Amino acid sequence: MKKVYLYKGFERFWHWTQSLLIFFLMLTGFEIHGTYQLVGYENAVRWHDNAGWAFLILIVFTIFWHVTTGEWRQYVPTLTNMKAQMNYYLIGIFNNAPHPTGKRLLSKLNPIQRLTYFALNILIIPVMLLSGFLYLYFNYPIQGIEINSLMPIAYIHTVGAYVLITFVIIHLYLITTGRTLTSNLIAMITGWEEMDEHEAEEAVQDVIDNASQYVKPVNGDKKKKKKKKKKKDKKDKTD
Amino acid sequence: MRKFYVIAFILFLPLLLLAVIQLNDSLNDPGVTVYNYTKKADRNTKPSVDHTKFDILNEPFADAHAVTAACLSCHNNRHEEIMETSHWRWQRNEVLNGREKTALGKKNILNNFCIGVSGSEATCTRCHIGYGWADKDFDFEEPTNIDCLVCHDKTGSYKKGRGNGGYPDASVNLNYVSTHVGSPGRDNCGVCHFWGGGGNNVKHGDLEKALLECSREVDVHMAIEGEDMSCVDCHVTEKHQMAGKLYALSSENTSRATCEQCHTNKPHQDKILDDHNLRVACQTCHIPVYAKVNDTKMYWDWSSAGELDENGHPFHTPDVDGNHKYMSIKGTFVWANNVIPEYYWFNGIADHQLITDKIDTIPVQMNSLDGSYRDKGKYQKSRQPSKIWPVKVHRGKQIYDPVNMTLIQPKLWDKEEGKGAYWVDFDWNAASEAGMAYIGLPYSGEYDFVETEMYWPLSHMVSPASHSLKCIDCHTRSDSRLENLTDFYLPGRDNNMKIEASGITLIFLAFIGVMVHLICRIIYRKRCPLNQKLQGGNE
Repeated sequence: MKKVYLYKGFERFWHWTQSLLIFFLMLTGFEIHGTYQLVGYENAVRWHDNAGWAFLILIVFTIFWHVTTGEWRQYVPTLTNMKAQMNYYLIGIFNNAPHPTGKRLLSKLNPIQRLTYFALNILIIPVMLLSGFLYLYFNYPIQGIEINSLMPIAYIHTVGAYVLITFVIIHLYLITTGRTLTSNLIAMITGWEEMDEHEAEEAVQDVIDNASQYVKPVNGDKKKKKKKKKKKDKKDKTD
Repeated sequence: MRKFYVIAFILFLPLLLLAVIQLNDSLNDPGVTVYNYTKKADRNTKPSVDHTKFDILNEPFADAHAVTAACLSCHNNRHEEIMETSHWRWQRNEVLNGREKTALGKKNILNNFCIGVSGSEATCTRCHIGYGWADKDFDFEEPTNIDCLVCHDKTGSYKKGRGNGGYPDASVNLNYVSTHVGSPGRDNCGVCHFWGGGGNNVKHGDLEKALLECSREVDVHMAIEGEDMSCVDCHVTEKHQMAGKLYALSSENTSRATCEQCHTNKPHQDKILDDHNLRVACQTCHIPVYAKVNDTKMYWDWSSAGELDENGHPFHTPDVDGNHKYMSIKGTFVWANNVIPEYYWFNGIADHQLITDKIDTIPVQMNSLDGSYRDKGKYQKSRQPSKIWPVKVHRGKQIYDPVNMTLIQPKLWDKEEGKGAYWVDFDWNAASEAGMAYIGLPYSGEYDFVETEMYWPLSHMVSPASHSLKCIDCHTRSDSRLENLTDFYLPGRDNNMKIEASGITLIFLAFIGVMVHLICRIIYRKRCPLNQKLQGGNE
């Protein structure tokens, strides 16, 4: 058995902060929606608004991190292995079949995860933030700009909330489908995931392969010489 | 390093939560800042002039007109200001929705209380700031017809007589009153504005005798132990023109007395609450109930009037609270106190059912408040977008002409029998004939009673902040105060049944899916090493 450092510090910070914010926003949001009374309407509104701002700030940092580290590539959807992954969750998991998609440092997510998280990051969360801030600030006229009716904004925000709850339920359950019931959870807390030796080797193999892109032969000299030669030729001709 | 991150998370997450929760608590500042207003402690109430030292006021007056002449001998030309006011004319030149500028007033706008003054002036003008308005011949251009004392008396002993066109009661000592005059107090305004409609708090619901001496709970502004404010502190008066007016007779969004003139439109030190003021009038939250002390009239049914006792005399019966439940001269009443207002969009523009207008809606809208949620931005009709206002709605049943389809102005009062006055002769037909003939309008000879509604926006009896409405009073699914204002989406109150049903179905399906999957995993656990590892997973 070996451990592989799968989730970096910021990644875990982002994940857990976001999860907490989503729970908090859900709790206060549905009180604002009139579903129940819990912390008081006034508190619910204030805290929901502040949590919305906190979420926005977190998202800004997260986008920055993903862009600068190139980690955004992890979320590019792919159909490769999609069928195998579906088969695994529907049949294989009950039959002692191995996970069809191994976790690798440069590809931590299986095809279903890729698609789900892509939709979450590109569609659901931006739509929730955008509709949320419209809800919050353009309900009343601001320098002549205002939304004509809160209704469509509120409906979109509500639909998004229900989709997020559905995601959370499934997400929480799928945590338990790792190598052991808690291995995924522990990995997201500590960053380190336990793997069999060959799994661990595979997980880091693409990083090792990829390392070649950080090393290049210095072939600029040859080109320079060629250029110099050409220049010399030209000079000769003009002379 | 790993430990560091774990500790960082455990420390950071509660801190973040705390920050999210605490951010606004630091913004609570209990103090109230006001502008354009002199606080009680800083007021100089010493009169500039001692009127007892003027000889002209100490000599016997021939009549009440002579008092006015004496006033005007020093305060010359002040009568010109008075004659410009609606207090004097009982009308204003205003534009009605879709009509030309009209002289609107008691002459052409009826109400659903005592209906109207025409034909009965001599008793109604007990509330006019003049002497002698008993019929159409009253001279509105005669300066000495003005009654200065009714507004400026500081003795509390001045009162007008009954049925004599606004002349003072015989008991009044004119020398005593005229030597003790000053700026109008609550009792000066209240004698008409509290008692209008034939009794205390009949009309407004938020203006009544309890305001003469009240607690903060009844009215934060007028409370004796608080700022002890007078009417004119808010109804700021320049050259006898008082700011503020009532939409029973007025229609334009002009010369209003507002909360904002002292409190500004951002008084809360809280953006969310201040933003509400863009579409919600201050009054809506800060006047949670009206008629806090004495009952106000909610319903007036004229159609049952006219029952007489066995001797042929009019009578009246009180209800359990001591209010008139029935009066032979007026009909049946319903009273109420601590009433929750009704809420309407209002942009400051009102329309009126003029006495010449055909009845086209039942209940007849005696006055209607203009406004809607969409009346903002490019939909804006007035200078301000419509706001939600608390309103007393007075409902009634009153006489109309079912042939001409107009309201009827019956003659109600006279000193003598046989002149057609309903309160004397109890004959609706004769009263209608006399009343309509008096104002020169047709009467078909047939009458009936029609339901009416009249809207009174509330502005008085402001409660302390601690008693104001809470979010949940409106933002709630059931029993929202705004449940009748359905032309907009209100968070907490509204939702879309389809979205809710789909959302809950989605969650339910996800849950069922997860459960089924879990059960299958448990059933097949022997085939699945995952669960074996469960027992020995940490080897």
